[in-house]
Amino acid sequence: MALAFDEFGRPFLILKEQEQKSRLRGIDAQKANISAGKAVSRILRTSLGPKGMDKMLQSPDGDVTVTNDGATILEQMDVDNQIAKLMVELSRSQDYEIGDGTTGVVVMAGSLLEQAEKLLERGIHPIRVAEGYEVASRIAVEHLERISQKFEFGPENIEPLVQTCMTTLSSKIVNRCKRDLAEIAVKAVLAVADLERRDVHLDLIKVEGKVGGKLEDTELVYGIVVDKDMSHPQMPKRIEDAKIAILTCPFEPPKPKTKHKVDIDTVEKFQTIRLQEQKYFDDMVQKCKDAGATLVICQWGFDDEANHLLMNRNLPAVRWVGGVELELIAIATGGRIVPRFQELTPEKLGKAGLVREKSFGTTKDRMLYIEQCANSRAVTIFIRGGNKMMIEETKRSIHDALCVARNLIRNNSIVYGGGSAEISCSIAVEAAADRHPGVEQYAIRGFADALDAIPMALAENSGLQPIETLSAVKSQQIKENNPFCGIDCNDAGTNDMREQDVFETLIGKQQQILLATQVVKMILKIDDVICPSDF
Amino acid sequence: MAIERIFKDEASEEKGERARMASFVGAMAIADLVKTTLGPKGMDKILQSTGRGREVTVTNDGATILKSLHIDNAAAKVLVDISKVQDDEVGDGTTSVVVLAGELLREAEKLVAAKIHPMTIISGYRMAAECARHALLQKVVDNKEDAETFRSDLTKIAMTTLSSKILCQDKDHFAKLAVDAVMRLKGSTNLESIQIIKKPGGSLKDSFLDDGFILDKKIGIGQPKRIENANILVANTAMDTDKVKIYGARVRVDSMSKVAEIEGAEKEKMREKVQKIISHGINCFVNRQLIYNFPEELFADAGILAIEHADFDGIERLALVTGGEIASTFDNPETVKLGHCKLIEEIMIGEDKLIRFSGVQMGEACTIVLRGASHHVLDEAERSLHDALCVLSQTVNDSRVLFGGGWPEMIMAKEVDELARKTPGKKSHAIEAFSRALLAIPTIIADNAGLDSAELVAQLRAEHHKEGCNAGIDVISGSVGDMAELGISEAFKVKQAVLLSATEAAEMILRVDEIITCAPRQRENRM
Repeated sequence: MALAFDEFGRPFLILKEQEQKSRLRGIDAQKANISAGKAVSRILRTSLGPKGMDKMLQSPDGDVTVTNDGATILEQMDVDNQIAKLMVELSRSQDYEIGDGTTGVVVMAGSLLEQAEKLLERGIHPIRVAEGYEVASRIAVEHLERISQKFEFGPENIEPLVQTCMTTLSSKIVNRCKRDLAEIAVKAVLAVADLERRDVHLDLIKVEGKVGGKLEDTELVYGIVVDKDMSHPQMPKRIEDAKIAILTCPFEPPKPKTKHKVDIDTVEKFQTIRLQEQKYFDDMVQKCKDAGATLVICQWGFDDEANHLLMNRNLPAVRWVGGVELELIAIATGGRIVPRFQELTPEKLGKAGLVREKSFGTTKDRMLYIEQCANSRAVTIFIRGGNKMMIEETKRSIHDALCVARNLIRNNSIVYGGGSAEISCSIAVEAAADRHPGVEQYAIRGFADALDAIPMALAENSGLQPIETLSAVKSQQIKENNPFCGIDCNDAGTNDMREQDVFETLIGKQQQILLATQVVKMILKIDDVICPSDF
Repeated sequence: MAIERIFKDEASEEKGERARMASFVGAMAIADLVKTTLGPKGMDKILQSTGRGREVTVTNDGATILKSLHIDNAAAKVLVDISKVQDDEVGDGTTSVVVLAGELLREAEKLVAAKIHPMTIISGYRMAAECARHALLQKVVDNKEDAETFRSDLTKIAMTTLSSKILCQDKDHFAKLAVDAVMRLKGSTNLESIQIIKKPGGSLKDSFLDDGFILDKKIGIGQPKRIENANILVANTAMDTDKVKIYGARVRVDSMSKVAEIEGAEKEKMREKVQKIISHGINCFVNRQLIYNFPEELFADAGILAIEHADFDGIERLALVTGGEIASTFDNPETVKLGHCKLIEEIMIGEDKLIRFSGVQMGEACTIVLRGASHHVLDEAERSLHDALCVLSQTVNDSRVLFGGGWPEMIMAKEVDELARKTPGKKSHAIEAFSRALLAIPTIIADNAGLDSAELVAQLRAEHHKEGCNAGIDVISGSVGDMAELGISEAFKVKQAVLLSATEAAEMILRVDEIITCAPRQRENRM
């Protein structure tokens, strides 16, 4: 490395302990970064599409995850390389923003990097490449807008939503019953959706899973399912027309937050404090009873005595309910969360038509169903499946489907899937490239080639000849001027995606292209990597 | 510079064929491991724990074996997990599910080697599994309406389940025991209320079902050993020192005499509490927590039987059998429901004294006392009995019944074979493979019994081409027999769970084309 010397011939220290740090500069750094990014996208490439394969991941603690959700794979992969970490971030932000297409975005970024490498070898400056990509991505996003279609749906006509969710689910292991799951997801989203404001609060949908049974037993509960049982084994297991007191104060003696001591120095004081204690429990239960509650749901624990008093007064109770669940119950039943017994009034109680306990299998596991709530704006999707990994994967798949349904409610534009949108964009970008003066033209063309990577990967994973298929579809699109031709992954006999009902959301696709371009631009701008050597 | 690695040190990555190979090998190794325990002539395994004492377990329960293995292979872990779920969900068939999944993967490996894409195999397997389930559904027998036949069905199922276990010598006895116990539950699947007490000594034949309830506790000194027409109060309350629960309370005194006064007050408090308890009009008091000497003495004076330290399960069961409620406060004697039983007495089993509550009202719970030569025998007997109880309790709810002895597998294989012939395309290979995997189960049963499996299975196949055939493998005589006559039955729910979860697991493993193993978390060595 070059050193600078002052007038006495002593070297300036620019980087501390320079020899011990590995450093990459210039084109080498870019090449290294690009190859790291490509390595990550290569891992995900085989997971793309309905015939994509899964990955099995073993965590540091030995737990096994089987998934083909891009975000999950990358998150659990324990990546060490900085650029690879950027790709992980990329997939995560797609997950947060859209919820679906996490694999596609990484594959897209990978192929953009691959094209960039070729351009760099030709001596084009990375910044020019980045600018070209920027222009191209704008063209592509605008083109997507043009080929997108709006569709109408309503609470009665959920079919289009179900179809779109099915496209999302078809690449997952749950595609065996994608129809059922898609319907569940759509109904759940519609139940909590605010169609006026076109907003969906996904927190109101709780996804619970329990091993056992089969995937087909998965159900949508218009209410809340809590993994708890009654605090006393002899309390009734079924309550109709329940009036629910939702409490965040324990059925225990008071614990003021300031430090205090109660000194007992005479027998009388001992007696009074004893009586007070008993009265205290009595009061607590009586207050609940007075308010007219027929079920108490509490965030904290119960003292043995209080527990029995509740039982004795015929007031079923559930203890140790988590904070999030408590909020959901409050929303669903229209009740208020009450932090103090004194503030318990009849109007603060929640109402539910039916509360019941359900037991599973041969173990003691029981769950509490709160159904027919006053305000059925909170729902639960209850997943069953053969093993733990299956449940986890189903949860992730349902989450994706929910996100898709939500995105559609927010913005009901769709583009057609199966790679058709990418191919159409690629044609549009290619055509625009020729009109663009300057070196960027090459970058824009590179972008068009990169867009081809997704349909290519789809075809490859489906066991088709990638290049042949892609060129056939592309020529068909141009010839028939039909932007809906895609890759026929399921061997359905037609490659018109309108007939196959393969949809994706417009914002999902746009986000994919924008996010991938952004990350690639960032990677291209790096020309120096300094990292501390191993020690 | 080429990129050397994107993972952390020690993390490994297996791709494509290698990954598939790794998971196939792992899954098959697990299946082969438990394979020999399948069927009535299956052998047991000895497991030695790595913990202190090097405890030894002898078992042929698939779930127990797999649970105790330390496995590093990811695919093998999937199989262990399905076996565990099978255990939780239906209780039996834990070995079969692993063996079937293993066989499915073994067949899949051949197909992959013949250049058929895993996704094609999966779609074939799915069709086959659906078809097999339908085949079973058509053949089920449901005798729920007829109490007498239903009971005999249950007995048959229990006997079939037990016949592969250590209890097979006395399977009639135990089957009856298990059926009696489950019938008491009246449709609930909560096996917690069946208590199993293990006492070494005697022989397995001496095990019995007590229709009352046996509590493994001693009666306090100086208290009656026998009470007729007992009123029982079941409680969960502190009977040692009743602490003041108000936070921050403490006693601060300035002289010895005051200490004595407070102590007196405490005693007085306890005395009052005991008085209140006695005023319920009881003659037996069972507490979950400790009872100190002082209150115990008070109870003895009042002629009340006081039992301390019965654990949570104990009091819950007791509350179930006697119909009393578990009380923690005693101010309202008129509203507390008391439990009743005809007779409480101390009995001796072996050399331990136990308390027996007989002539109980509700009778939803019961106790099975297991006797046997050693702890290992007892442990295994408990596991076997647990399996039988699980299956029975599930059958009570879902009363559909099938024949056993490889009969359901033959039925399914036949239907699946037909489907394969009708299906065009590569999928038919996968469907055929599915039927071969199904046939592996009767083959293994026969092999384990030392019979000529090829001959027997071929005979069975021929038999099954007739309509309404009940043929299965009769392991005792070593030939093809009529399962209806031999009384070998299995629960539909178990078979269905085996079929579905095995297919699901095989599908899951087949879909994998890459295994990424993270670096194991470094644990600090606490030596």
